[in-house]
Amino acid sequence: MKAQPIDAGFFSTKLNDMVGWARKYSLFQYPFVTACCGMEYMAAACSHYDIDRFGAGLPRFSPRQADLLMVVGTVSQKLAPVLKKVYDQMCDPKWVVAFGVCASTGGFYDNYATLMGIDRIIPVDVYIPGCPPRPENVLDGLLKLQARIQNQKQLL
Amino acid sequence: MSSLATAGKKRRKELMTLNMGPSHPAMHGIVRIVLDLDGERIENADVEIGYLHRAFEKSSEQSGYLQVIPYTDRLNYVSPLINNVGYCMAVEKLFGIQTTERSEYIRVVMSEFSRVSDHLTCVGASAMELGVFTVFLYMVKAREMIYQLIESVTGARLTISYVRPGGVKADLPAGFSDEAHKIIREVRSILKECGALLTRNRIFVDRLKGIGIISKEDALGYGITGPFLRSTGIDYDVRKDSPYSVYNQFDFEIPVGACGDNYDRYLCRMEEIEQSLHIVEQALHKIPGGDFMSAPHAAMPAEEMVDLAKMGQTEGLAQTEVEPEPTLEGGTEKYFEMLQTKDHRVVLPPKEKTYGNIEGLMQHFKLIMFGHGIAPPKGEVYQAVEGANGELGFFVVSDGTGRPYRVRVRPPCFAIMAALPLMLQGGTIADVVPTFGSVNMIGGELDR
Amino acid sequence: MILEAVKAKFPDEVLETSEFRGDLTIVVRKESLAQIMKHLKEEAAFDFNLLMDLTAVDYLSMERKPRFDMVYHLYSLRNKHRLRVKVGVHEKEPEVDSLVVLWPIANWFEREVWDMFGIRFKGHPHLKRILLYEEFEGHPLRKDYPVNRRQPLMKQKSDHELEFIEAREYGQAVPELLRGSANQEEKKI
Repeated sequence: MKAQPIDAGFFSTKLNDMVGWARKYSLFQYPFVTACCGMEYMAAACSHYDIDRFGAGLPRFSPRQADLLMVVGTVSQKLAPVLKKVYDQMCDPKWVVAFGVCASTGGFYDNYATLMGIDRIIPVDVYIPGCPPRPENVLDGLLKLQARIQNQKQLL
Repeated sequence: MSSLATAGKKRRKELMTLNMGPSHPAMHGIVRIVLDLDGERIENADVEIGYLHRAFEKSSEQSGYLQVIPYTDRLNYVSPLINNVGYCMAVEKLFGIQTTERSEYIRVVMSEFSRVSDHLTCVGASAMELGVFTVFLYMVKAREMIYQLIESVTGARLTISYVRPGGVKADLPAGFSDEAHKIIREVRSILKECGALLTRNRIFVDRLKGIGIISKEDALGYGITGPFLRSTGIDYDVRKDSPYSVYNQFDFEIPVGACGDNYDRYLCRMEEIEQSLHIVEQALHKIPGGDFMSAPHAAMPAEEMVDLAKMGQTEGLAQTEVEPEPTLEGGTEKYFEMLQTKDHRVVLPPKEKTYGNIEGLMQHFKLIMFGHGIAPPKGEVYQAVEGANGELGFFVVSDGTGRPYRVRVRPPCFAIMAALPLMLQGGTIADVVPTFGSVNMIGGELDR
Repeated sequence: MILEAVKAKFPDEVLETSEFRGDLTIVVRKESLAQIMKHLKEEAAFDFNLLMDLTAVDYLSMERKPRFDMVYHLYSLRNKHRLRVKVGVHEKEPEVDSLVVLWPIANWFEREVWDMFGIRFKGHPHLKRILLYEEFEGHPLRKDYPVNRRQPLMKQKSDHELEFIEAREYGQAVPELLRGSANQEEKKI
């Protein structure tokens, strides 16, 4: 689906803002959890850090019901086609967070088996550094993504 | 005769193939099980692994002995300290050295806390997959406390790289003992609550009892160890049967199950948490060296010391205490002798010596620089420790250079995963989830 | 003590015995591996009922002949002792007897050794790759495999388009084209 060009009139800019506001606080995430970062993802999602405060509390384990793909952990060459397929099954608008250094760049697993960053196969919106990132880091990344969603041109 | 009855008998059995995973919430993202189904019954199961193969063994061959430690953190990432201990003990065995008693005790305390956090995660996650989300939240809360304790010691929550060949990185922080006791109390109360929610919960018990049974003979044939083997009634535990470190000094019991089903595994894990906490209490009581690191003290910041040394004003520097970065707190000379062996082939000098005199600096560089590093004598050793999932073995081959020639891990859950089809056969699809949950499959360890 | 007992039982087949830091090792002849292992497992004096580990080592850079060693770690639950059994494997004929009939776990461990080292196992029921994918060429833990020679399953077709090199679904042979990101332009705001 292509974005409709939006006129710069009062009504359409306000509509754009409103849709952005609505979307950023109702993120349904698909946790593509593979490795160590999953432990910190669990910590961030559970009651202590409570990602629900930012409107991203409900994980959806079907790509068709999710709009935020969280790639949590190392993606190997063997797993790469699966990730691509999951991404392609998600409906627009969709966003991708590379959670942790392995998903962002491959980390220190520079060898024959791993994919050096998921941005080689799918576009990424926010990178969260850390091996693994602390839960505070994750929440910060989520806030960055929300700001991005608010300011982008909305697909209507 | 009616043709219906005969038709029913002659019905050709048609199997349906169902693919579970790798992207499936209960498969933890990295295992694929191809099921052959006759209706709801599982006729055959084919387990495909390797989706998290990160070439640990190949990477280790490329790096020095010390550089392997961070890779071992990420093997079993739920209890990384046990991996650290296993690898470092293998290297120590290659050298034929002993570490100090205090650091052995610290290793035991930290390993047991790791084991507790591993079992909490396993039980919590498998309960969540059966619909008991509350327990998961409670257990993650307990784990969070343990993570904070681990962080106060090692500087990191998960990937800690705390243990070194020859000792540990730094001493326990001030007030550790009180904090640990407080957390043990908290974990116990959470365990009690969760036990009340699960152990006699009708739905939970019905989903677990009599499901995923494995016999003693099969378990031994498949090389299964750890809580999984103990649930079948065999009391094999590396801590008891070939005691390493200082485990022979503690009084603890090995819980065993009766019939080797999912429920027994759950009970074994719950009891093991209690036993681990018991070990920690004894270790904190017995630990040699008495008081933990005393309250913060006046010391010179590291950068100031380096500046002075650069200008040649090294007088008295070797005696001044340095204040290293926070994660190295407790690694200074004052605590050094209690924590590390005196073998200069293995241990880094304390930071006062590194910053304060040329011999210390040279020794530091000799152990760190590319092409040097610690170099054990030629030989090969196998060192087993009791991981959270079973026997975790490190097989290290040295060719006498600064890099390990081969590092092999014996991953405990590999054996269990190999036996998984056996446990799934004859069950229903719904049984896959609790059985797989009780395996406690950890991808980093399984696929390495 | 175990070493002497094994040596006395199989004087010709056991080539070498050694002890290093408390680890007992025997090196046996390749042809008699299955026979010795069976004896070690079933004889009450040894009773090695657990095959703890099975792996291989590539001695290419040590320039030793034979090139590979198969390494088996055995453990006896009753006697609480361990033993390492080693077998030399030549590069020209990388094949040893499979131990699946003795210990079922050997099935997966041997698949892993085949995957990583390319050593075949005589009598293995289902020898195929386990950690890597079937399309992978070579055996990565051999010393002559460069650590970062990648063999991706997907390749870059154009800027945002990828293609499976081979479809990895069961029974599907046609390469599948995958569309790249549709909303790539919008993301650049």
